[in-house]
Amino acid sequence: MRLSLPARVFLWTIMGFGFAFIYVPLTLVVINSFNKNTSFAWPPTGFTTSWWSKAVSNEGVRDAITRSFTVALAATAIALVLGTLAAAAIARYKFFGREAISLLFVLPIALPGIVTGIALNNVFTNFLGELTIFTIIVGHATFCIVVVFNNVAARYRRLGITLEEASMDLGANRFTTFRLVTFPLLRNALVAGGLLAFGLSFDEIIVTTFTAGAGQNTLPIWIFQNLFRPNQAPIVNVVAAALILFSILPIYLSQRLTQEKSTK
Amino acid sequence: MSVIQQTRRYMHRNIGARISALLALPLFWLVVIYIGSLAALFITSIWKIDTFTSKVVREFTLQNFIDVFSDRAYFNVTIRTLFVAICVTLICAIIAIPMAFFMARIAKPKSRPVLIALVITPLWASYLVKIYAWRTMFYPEKGFINWLIEPLGGSSPGFGMVAVIIGLTYLWLPYMVLPIYAGMEKLPDSVIDASADLGAKSGRTFFDVILPITWPSIIAGSIFTFSLSMGDYITVQILGGTFQMLGNVVYQNFSLNLPFASAVALIPVLIMMVYLTSVRKTGALDNL
Repeated sequence: MRLSLPARVFLWTIMGFGFAFIYVPLTLVVINSFNKNTSFAWPPTGFTTSWWSKAVSNEGVRDAITRSFTVALAATAIALVLGTLAAAAIARYKFFGREAISLLFVLPIALPGIVTGIALNNVFTNFLGELTIFTIIVGHATFCIVVVFNNVAARYRRLGITLEEASMDLGANRFTTFRLVTFPLLRNALVAGGLLAFGLSFDEIIVTTFTAGAGQNTLPIWIFQNLFRPNQAPIVNVVAAALILFSILPIYLSQRLTQEKSTK
Repeated sequence: MSVIQQTRRYMHRNIGARISALLALPLFWLVVIYIGSLAALFITSIWKIDTFTSKVVREFTLQNFIDVFSDRAYFNVTIRTLFVAICVTLICAIIAIPMAFFMARIAKPKSRPVLIALVITPLWASYLVKIYAWRTMFYPEKGFINWLIEPLGGSSPGFGMVAVIIGLTYLWLPYMVLPIYAGMEKLPDSVIDASADLGAKSGRTFFDVILPITWPSIIAGSIFTFSLSMGDYITVQILGGTFQMLGNVVYQNFSLNLPFASAVALIPVLIMMVYLTSVRKTGALDNL
């Protein structure tokens, strides 16, 4: 599409502004993690790497990271199975209540997290028992299912049914067709949905504050608890900066996936 | 004939059985666990509270709803929350539409994945880290914004509603860019060429052709930005100073008076349900 000069200038300005808006704050956090002073002030007066080594040996941080990984892995695993099952049903069959069910499958992300959080908390503490690591997993899996479902359902829609029909015409049963034809075609969507689910779970705090038992800190909860403690501030800075740097990893992975797709 | 073969044969013939087998587990999770909890939340909101022990008493009352709707303060919080959510959604849309348009239609196809990656990266950075970053930006007197505009005679707005709106806009911007980008990328070239052949300038093509076709994706993005802003209370705690939203009211009442907190939590649910049903016809829900 050809654009007039003013339109071009406008778009480039917006792009520049948009990216500055996105990256200036993140850069600040990374720089600030090397700040020599314990209290925050911009610009920093000196730089040190000692906070980084202190953060690595911090027990609370390690414990929280382990828990966050466990929860994210479990929630993602549940979401991959349940989300794919549901996507297959919604995308491949027409049945009574299909519309209602597909609306149901957007609710956990369309309703505010605090509602999910307080609703689950109410059930877990007042009706069922107490909060544990499993209640965190249940809370996370609920919105992770939706993420996987959306990714896989979109892929199913684009695939069409010709390949599956061809496979079944050639004598493969449904299970074999899924294993040899549908699953390989869905794989990228599953990886993308799984990555997104893992990322969302690893980062979730609103539902987590309501579903985590006492002492069951995930990494975001640890950060939140220490955010306003002056003597922990440098460690929080380092954890924050490390999280920004690590966030490049899943992006790199999904980039690789899309490139593979386009070269094939 | 083995049991497995029998089951297979039965499943092959019976379409209802196949659908049920696929949907049983996911529906169990979403209906029993999720919708069940929401229903329990609603039931709790019509129960009483023992004011001495803060324990829920399972007796019917409408007092919580009367309290929510008769007190002017809660009405004001609701309006304030709606205002913030609408502002965040509009600002996100204003930034995201041109960005998505540029990335999907103007940028060279080769550089698109890189641009997309640049937009998604902050989506992966931790929620708290991003809000924390804005805390260092907005910090009164010693923050980055203050350092930047002090020589010009300005000063940082400090913590409050403005900081909350900007912080939330920052958090949810990628959720707006991605669906719009997907919508604009799907648009066939022929439609745009046809518009140009019929004499429309690029501005007209954008507003009369591209925008209406990608409307469902914009609405899809707005569902995220709107809902996420409305339920937030942590950003408000970190960037809001004394400013409060519905989420904060829920959070503060939740340990002392759960039935009342439940009643307040139903306000955003109600607003979202109205919003979802009113945009359902645009087909936005398929673009999430």
